Amino acid sequence: MIKTLEKERLIVIGNGMAGARVVEEILKRAPDRFEIVMFGAEPYGNYNRILLSNVLNGTQRADQIFMNPLAWYKEHKITLHAGIKVHKIDRERKVVIGVPMTKEGMPYSAGMDGTQGEPLEERYDYIIVATGSRPFVPPMEGFGQEGTFLFRTIDDCDRIAEFAKRSKKAVVIGGGLLGLEAARGLMTHGVQVTVVEAGPHLMGAQLDPEAAALLQETLHQMNIDVLCNKITARIVTEQGRITRLDFTDGTVLKTDMVVVSAGIRPICDVAVVSGLTVKKGIVVDDQMRTSDRNIFSVGECVEHRGKIYGLVDPIWEQANVLADVLTEFNQSSAYLGSKLGTKLKVMGVELASMGETKPALPDDEVVIYREPSRGVYKKLIIRGNKLAGAILLGETDTAGVLMQMFMGNTAVPSRRADLLFGSSSGAPVLSVFDLPDHAQICNCNGVSKGAIKEAIQIGKCGSVSKVGACTKAGMGCGSCKSLVAQLIEAYAGEVQNDPAEHFYVQGIPFEKADLVEEIKKRGLKSVSSVFRELAGGAEDSGSKAGLASLLKTIWSGEYEDERDARYINDRVHANIQKDGTYSVIPRIYGGVTSADELMRIAQVAVKYNVPMVKFTGGQRIDLLGVKKEDLPKVWQELGMPSGHAYTKGFRTCKSCVGTDFCRYGLGDSIALAQKIEHRFQGIESPHKMKLATAGCPRNCSEAYVKDLGAVAVEGGKWEIYIGGAAGSKVRKGDLLCVVDTHDDVLKMMGRFMQYYREHGKYLERTFDFVERVGMDVVRAIVVDDSQGIAARLDADIQKAVDAYKDPWKEAVEPMYPAQFVEQELVTALAQV
Amino acid sequence: MPDVETLYDVCATDFIPPGQGVSFRLGTVEMAVFLSREGRFFAIENRCPHRQGPLSEGIVGGGKVVCPLHSHKFDLQTGEGSEKPECVKSFPLEIKGGRILVAVRE
Repeated sequence: MIKTLEKERLIVIGNGMAGARVVEEILKRAPDRFEIVMFGAEPYGNYNRILLSNVLNGTQRADQIFMNPLAWYKEHKITLHAGIKVHKIDRERKVVIGVPMTKEGMPYSAGMDGTQGEPLEERYDYIIVATGSRPFVPPMEGFGQEGTFLFRTIDDCDRIAEFAKRSKKAVVIGGGLLGLEAARGLMTHGVQVTVVEAGPHLMGAQLDPEAAALLQETLHQMNIDVLCNKITARIVTEQGRITRLDFTDGTVLKTDMVVVSAGIRPICDVAVVSGLTVKKGIVVDDQMRTSDRNIFSVGECVEHRGKIYGLVDPIWEQANVLADVLTEFNQSSAYLGSKLGTKLKVMGVELASMGETKPALPDDEVVIYREPSRGVYKKLIIRGNKLAGAILLGETDTAGVLMQMFMGNTAVPSRRADLLFGSSSGAPVLSVFDLPDHAQICNCNGVSKGAIKEAIQIGKCGSVSKVGACTKAGMGCGSCKSLVAQLIEAYAGEVQNDPAEHFYVQGIPFEKADLVEEIKKRGLKSVSSVFRELAGGAEDSGSKAGLASLLKTIWSGEYEDERDARYINDRVHANIQKDGTYSVIPRIYGGVTSADELMRIAQVAVKYNVPMVKFTGGQRIDLLGVKKEDLPKVWQELGMPSGHAYTKGFRTCKSCVGTDFCRYGLGDSIALAQKIEHRFQGIESPHKMKLATAGCPRNCSEAYVKDLGAVAVEGGKWEIYIGGAAGSKVRKGDLLCVVDTHDDVLKMMGRFMQYYREHGKYLERTFDFVERVGMDVVRAIVVDDSQGIAARLDADIQKAVDAYKDPWKEAVEPMYPAQFVEQELVTALAQV
Repeated sequence: MPDVETLYDVCATDFIPPGQGVSFRLGTVEMAVFLSREGRFFAIENRCPHRQGPLSEGIVGGGKVVCPLHSHKFDLQTGEGSEKPECVKSFPLEIKGGRILVAVRE
């Protein structure tokens, strides 16, 4: 590998929230890859512009809203040129040229206004343009003189607050979210405020006329006047002081100061001057690349698929994708646009708004709830049984659920009231907002919502794995991980991307596909050799079992089965119980036993004083409480192979009676189940696989909720379902395909199993796997052979089948002398 | 009664499989003896303070053993547990003539 002496130079033009965030994401993924230089027209470290309202209304000081103070740049060796505005990018010489701002210069003024002095040049390999937006000033006479203000920067806040002290009345032009925030801020400085809106009602982007009217009433009660349908023609001054506004309809409004907050427009000056493609904003593709392949752009200045975004969530998404792409952390990462939804407080009133505010198509369903006495208004727009938009004003308890359904484009419950008020059926349609702090989120480890909240807010744990490391939530069965993710979204804004979450096992820094390649390339056939060659010899106990599983999957029979890398169950081929005894479940193919087998089981149970004999859910019999040292004898006297009830691999295939005896049987489910078990017994997989066959769609054997299920239908055909579950998660399987014969069932099931074995994360159940990869993808690859790997998958699963060995044969000859030793009694040598 | 220290000849060094542990009873003490993949022997109390899981059956790595019941971890050298304040006793051992010798004070 050729070592380059100098790092690649990345220049970020713009030191606002988008620019700083993308740099943070890049540092997380590749901290030493780039030499980073940032240009910011404002003379500060970067701050949270959304909190400017708090600075204006006095609830926070300016120094409290900084996100990355100057020390942060120094710590990460980022060169910050604060107070220097970039003039242009010389794409031939590959330099960025900036000019210092003057003290009076406005950072968002057009072109190079407000700059003066010697230009500064910086060489680049890559550029990210994050120049943000500037406030839009509607055409009017008189804007710009003393007493008129924009509301965009920290300095704007200072100037507004200063002037408000000397004013009695103020007007805010712009009745959108930011305008209302400005109005509230002005109020705290003792000024009487009127909000002037050009459109027919307030917050045209988030509210419908009725909700806006409610909000206007709330403002009225706070002594804020609202005038709609008013367009300002001029700001009138007399003797150097503002006296009034003249509107286009001839009316006037007396005032002392004017704050304009009428929207924002992307700042594209640099892009235009430098020859990049610019329409409404700087045009980028799904990987945030501009028309120059070394120049990227992110944030409010960007136009993506025709859209411009002014809310923070889409910009965080863009920043993640850009960081993935630029650092090559995930080169297929793509930004596909965002759905817009916000939850916030406006003038102390709770509001959640997402998507469309009014029906657009004839079949759109509109559900409205009004409670005028409390100022509550809730509206849903449902299209094709999915949420096209929603407004919750005055009460937002179901906002979390709605947001998830809207963003995830999932079907809504048929009882629409559940979306407005939560469920009355007892089964909670809960959002994490609804839960009290003492509610238990993780049942395996007993972790409450309060504990997780603390880890997020105080411990700054921003990813599911970090919360797990702090609190143990999600470290048991893992089914609460999505709730943990929701909590992180609720209390930290969004879930951080933790690169380590993508590693196949924690102790080896490789994703599964790369790890498999390395193992094959280097011919690593033991877990200890994997640690030696890929982790510098550092042995991580948490990674051993996953690696052992992977090696067996890759090499089938021919690898070194180091038993110390296996969990105890797989060392002694039985399931350890709470008292150190074991559960022994022999294989009963398809749930069909015989008198002879039953007699042998009974005899063993008597002879070894087995405390409990119990039927399992998998249609087998469990001998519970067997001592470790008795295991080999028990297996030999049973004379039946291992049921593998303890391992991450193929478990059982249940059956129903089927055509053998049942009146309704359409297919021979018993024979099929037995064939499946004979073929796939002992197959290793990322997590357990439980199967079933059903002789008809009455589904007595529950084949719809199995990892793989086969259901006989009319015409002698079999439907194959995958990704079902009936444990801590309940999920109906997805239909993979319909086939004609038992052999076809075996082929398609085997092919899916092999695909799952190769691509599933360690301990990822098929239902998580199918949801992560997507059924469309699975079907395309497994059924339609879109990648042309079907024959290879079939061959590889056959190899695994051929390598099957009954582990209980180790009864005759243990792998090592101590394998079944429970506890050796040692006599004393001597007293010292 | 004053403490008595007793020396035990536990087993042959090749009885412990590499990377694993085996459980022994020495007098009234239940002990787990481990051989790390680096070739060092360790001896600690066998029972996990949490729910008495048999530590000899746990997975070993990075100088620690993971209890097979609920994954509490213990340092093989010091007996210190991952879930404070859990801890197990650790015992000094000696290798002599291919045998593992452990002294227990009771």
